[in-house]
Amino acid sequence: MDSSAKQRFIDIISDFTATVGIYLSDDVEARLFELAKDEKEENAKTMYGCILENVKLAKELHRPICQDTGVLQYFLEVGTDFPYLNEIKEVIIEGARKATLTTPLRPNVVEPLGEHNTGDNVGFDAPYIEYELIPNSADLRVRMYMAGGGCSLPGRSQVLMPLQGIDGIKEYVYKTVAEWGVNACPPLFVGVGLGTCAATSAMLSKKALLRPLGTRNENEKAAKLEKELEDGLNSLGIAPLGFGGSNTVLGVNIECAGHHPATLGIGITTGCWATRKGDMIIHGDLSYELLSHKKSLEGKK
Amino acid sequence: MKKILTTPISYDQIKDLKIGDTVYLTGMLATCRDAGHARVVNDGVMPKHIELKEGAIFHAGPIVAKDESGKEYMVSIGPTTSRRMESVEADFIEKTGVRLIIGKGGMMDKTANACKTFGAIHCAYPGGCAVVAAKEVEEITNCEWRDFGMPEALWIMRVKEFGPLVVSIDTKGNNLFENNKKLYNERMEKLI
Repeated sequence: MDSSAKQRFIDIISDFTATVGIYLSDDVEARLFELAKDEKEENAKTMYGCILENVKLAKELHRPICQDTGVLQYFLEVGTDFPYLNEIKEVIIEGARKATLTTPLRPNVVEPLGEHNTGDNVGFDAPYIEYELIPNSADLRVRMYMAGGGCSLPGRSQVLMPLQGIDGIKEYVYKTVAEWGVNACPPLFVGVGLGTCAATSAMLSKKALLRPLGTRNENEKAAKLEKELEDGLNSLGIAPLGFGGSNTVLGVNIECAGHHPATLGIGITTGCWATRKGDMIIHGDLSYELLSHKKSLEGKK
Repeated sequence: MKKILTTPISYDQIKDLKIGDTVYLTGMLATCRDAGHARVVNDGVMPKHIELKEGAIFHAGPIVAKDESGKEYMVSIGPTTSRRMESVEADFIEKTGVRLIIGKGGMMDKTANACKTFGAIHCAYPGGCAVVAAKEVEEITNCEWRDFGMPEALWIMRVKEFGPLVVSIDTKGNNLFENNKKLYNERMEKLI
């Protein structure tokens, strides 16, 4: 890969990362406006007013929508015919570093067990990068997520007894959100993962948040449970921002996998009202399409 | 009409405020979060460039940049989860005499008791509204404890009508978020 192509590749990742920090994805922005419009309580309306003003100001001033731009996480679907396989990791790291220094994003990454800040969001296996191989494709799909501190705090996973069933799943989700959701900047985007062990269930819950709000799981039972959890959580009335109002969540997405008959693993990951995530495809010739942000970028300078 | 608190904050300015009231702050404000609290409470070190007695702190870690002249300014600054500081906040209030603690979400009994005993309040700034907040910062006047890195350093700033700040713990020790949590838990019990 020649150096100018490599720089172009780095700039694509850097611009994508900056965009995710400044602009909400289309699904999150649209749902926020809906919830603000549906809100009935006066104090809650004031809070939504502040939130929507902030979304607008971030765009106008080209500044991160929230000061906590998280730890940068990249989930890659790598076509086996993508021409720059050897460069991907280095390019993601350099793109993350460039976005941090130029946007600027907040340098969050600290040394494990030492708390020394690296200053550029790079170091000690950061940014987080996950790879999945896609056969017979020449594209690279990059999905990213900014894992903020406050909204990561409710995250947890546990292995339930299979006989606890759907009621056990619901109780675990309701208790987690009622206890921890208040401080995580609701309305929350709640990802639920159902698998065998604590680790795979937790990862599925993160993957659930990469799927757009408003889409449903292909599995009919999971799709039904998504709706039931949304209704249940909304009846708690925690949003906006824990002050209390008509809703709790932006939505609930579930990802599930075939599991061991002796275990019912459950994981929860929560995103805040400013859940920042992105989805793009980079082709072999380094042309690209931004899938997650179309409407929200209208009027971008 | 906007209720505005001004530093130094006398007890009279806050004594009649009730949970749920909305106020704004004009004057000096310092960010202080996990590492800053540990330095004050555990190491007994006080900041040199801001008077915390009758002062105000903000649980926040900002993004700061430099303008063309090299002067630092706030890009984005919103509140961080106050509950993380629960174990040390009561001691912090006693040691410093701070009157106003701004953060995200609520705090718990130990802090509420300290607010009642020493005459302080906790207020919640709407989480995530970091560009709105940055626009309410007039100037970064100083920065201490840069060894903590950008999020944890103590950023000292002059603010004007900084808010909305919703009183979450008042000087009687009433606690808005703990009250709300009881309500949310009652609603949850109906679901399970």
